Amino acid sequence: MNKTLLIFRHELVHTINRKGFIIMTLIVPALALLAIGVFQLVSTISKPAVIETITIGYVDEAGGFDQHASQGTIELVSFNATEDVTAALTNGEVSEYFVITSDYISTGVIYRYTLEKELETPQPIATAIKNFLTSNLLSGKVHFEMIYRIETPPYLVVTRLTETGEVASDQGGFGNVIIPGIFSLLLAFSLVFSSNYLVQGLGDEKESRLIEVLLSSVSPRQLIIGKVLGLGVAGLVQVAVWLASAPLLLKLASSTFGGFISMIQLPANFLILGIVYFILGYSLFAALSTGTGAISPNAREGQQLAMIYTLLAFVPLWFSSLLFLFPNSPIWVALTIFPITAPVAVMLRLGVSDISAWELVASMAVLVFSIIGVLFLVTRAFRTYILMYGKRPGLREIVRSLRQA
Amino acid sequence: MENDGKKSTALISNISKTFNTNKVVDNLSFSVMPGEIFGLIGPNGAGKTTTIRMMMDIIKPDSGEISILGKNLSEDSKDKIGYLPEERGLYKKLNVLQSLSYLASLKGISPTIAREKTEHLLNRVEMLPHAKKKIEELSRGMGQIIQFLTAIIHDPSLIILDEPFANLDPVNTELLKEIVLELRNEGRAIILSTHRMNEVEELCDRILMINHGRNVLYGELSEIKSRFRNNSIFLELEGDPGELTGVTGKRDYGNYTELLLDGKTAPQQVLEQLISQGKNVNRFEVSTPSLHEIFLQVVEEGQ
Repeated sequence: MNKTLLIFRHELVHTINRKGFIIMTLIVPALALLAIGVFQLVSTISKPAVIETITIGYVDEAGGFDQHASQGTIELVSFNATEDVTAALTNGEVSEYFVITSDYISTGVIYRYTLEKELETPQPIATAIKNFLTSNLLSGKVHFEMIYRIETPPYLVVTRLTETGEVASDQGGFGNVIIPGIFSLLLAFSLVFSSNYLVQGLGDEKESRLIEVLLSSVSPRQLIIGKVLGLGVAGLVQVAVWLASAPLLLKLASSTFGGFISMIQLPANFLILGIVYFILGYSLFAALSTGTGAISPNAREGQQLAMIYTLLAFVPLWFSSLLFLFPNSPIWVALTIFPITAPVAVMLRLGVSDISAWELVASMAVLVFSIIGVLFLVTRAFRTYILMYGKRPGLREIVRSLRQA
Repeated sequence: MENDGKKSTALISNISKTFNTNKVVDNLSFSVMPGEIFGLIGPNGAGKTTTIRMMMDIIKPDSGEISILGKNLSEDSKDKIGYLPEERGLYKKLNVLQSLSYLASLKGISPTIAREKTEHLLNRVEMLPHAKKKIEELSRGMGQIIQFLTAIIHDPSLIILDEPFANLDPVNTELLKEIVLELRNEGRAIILSTHRMNEVEELCDRILMINHGRNVLYGELSEIKSRFRNNSIFLELEGDPGELTGVTGKRDYGNYTELLLDGKTAPQQVLEQLISQGKNVNRFEVSTPSLHEIFLQVVEEGQ
């Protein structure tokens, strides 16, 4: 068998048998399962058996606010004086009260009194008070249907059209963000884990001096390609397990999160771009990790050095909340083109907004050139540094060696 | 290169290697013949490991040529060479069988043959019961024997052993020596790189000593030793040796006497004089320095 294939097979089998790999592969679906279970448990425990009615007192100094006292689960009870309603509050007859001042029509001010410490008025209570006031103000003047429409906000149904006026296949919305968001997170994790395995593997072989035995049997090129492919396929296996568990998890989650799951849809070109960016991203990180493993005296130092670029892969995820606010910011264009952040940035952006064709072309071109450039430097440095034990060479020394190589 | 009609297994011609500004190997040439144990010796930092790594194609020489079995060094050559590096290392989590089989497969051996060879060799070193043990569970000496087996499992024509007996107990040292001699007798060329001069004297047919990357001694071990002969004789006999032709001086060591020769007289001629005088000779030994002494002398001269 070809020696590259032998190394590939050895690395693949060796990696997927590692305890760390098995744990990481299973922990993602296990955590998702746990989250669904915890959510179901909490919602079952916290679900009230009987819908509780809240009683709120009020003092009508303006006059005319005496109808529509029942607002869903909130009952409004009128009091003549603030002393009476304050006594009712302290006795527990009402949970809170509010005062409609005589100048309410001109000022719009309502004074609310409560025993609770809160950041702002809870939404159900604010809505109940607003609807009570509106209903009383409009009662007898307009039709009840009109009153209901005024109190209930419009429900916007948005349809995205293509430039030719047809309904677009990719309708956008939050449902569109879910899969790319999860995939970008998994992609970032997969890139980091694969890089770590590569750096650790090379570091261990260097530390145990096994690398000398291997290089006495195979060329550095065969060793690098075999390792990179073996770990790449192991990474794919890991992502495949995560993705394969998704339908089951979604099915379980749909009973928990209800209609939200039905909103989920895949953005156009997601699968193709997902595969392309996984391969390009993995290739770049593998090349960087091979170089890191070659120049580091042991696995620990190699992993510390690899943190520099593996952490950068997460940058688009750190700022993902800003993506919803400023989807077309030049910063996102920069993150899409910068090779280390490109794979995760593209996956995230796919769900939120359109990425122009030139950005995708530029991003892929920069990634391909970066991979070629890094591989070129790594193969030059590999022979020099892989057998150098002890201290890690400085940047100046590496540059000098690369020039001489 | 041919020697007694035999073609050399390894032929190294004028190789040099410089790291940064440090010339580690300087215009080195030598050959290793089939069926010989070739000693590669020199002080620390002399360039031995770099020379070996160049022969293994792990690093490339800046100039010069290396040919293995008559062909220029290439990736295919690696399958013909067995290498035991000074710094040992195996996959700690793999068991003995897996380690040997994997490393043998990288030398082009099929899995079936690798397994058969592994079992045969483990049986030879009496380690078959440990075949399923992980490398990390073995003692240091056992691990070293397994590493030695990885260097010979693929029946290489050239075997390079860098300090093969270091850290081995006397029993395992003898076992390995026995196997090395068997391999030599099978016609394989063996390069033995070591600091232990007694091992070189015991095992090697020819040697190359390098210092500062250069050849300082090269040839048959017996010829080199005779070249460094002190031109004196150790003599132990009853009574005084008296006046002898060709002897320029005497050193008395109590039990024996060292006779210093004039450089023209052969030791045999002195022995003949003693016998003709009717002396009762208990010991007559041509004084030859040990390889250890030659090593020290050559290194000191090179300083």
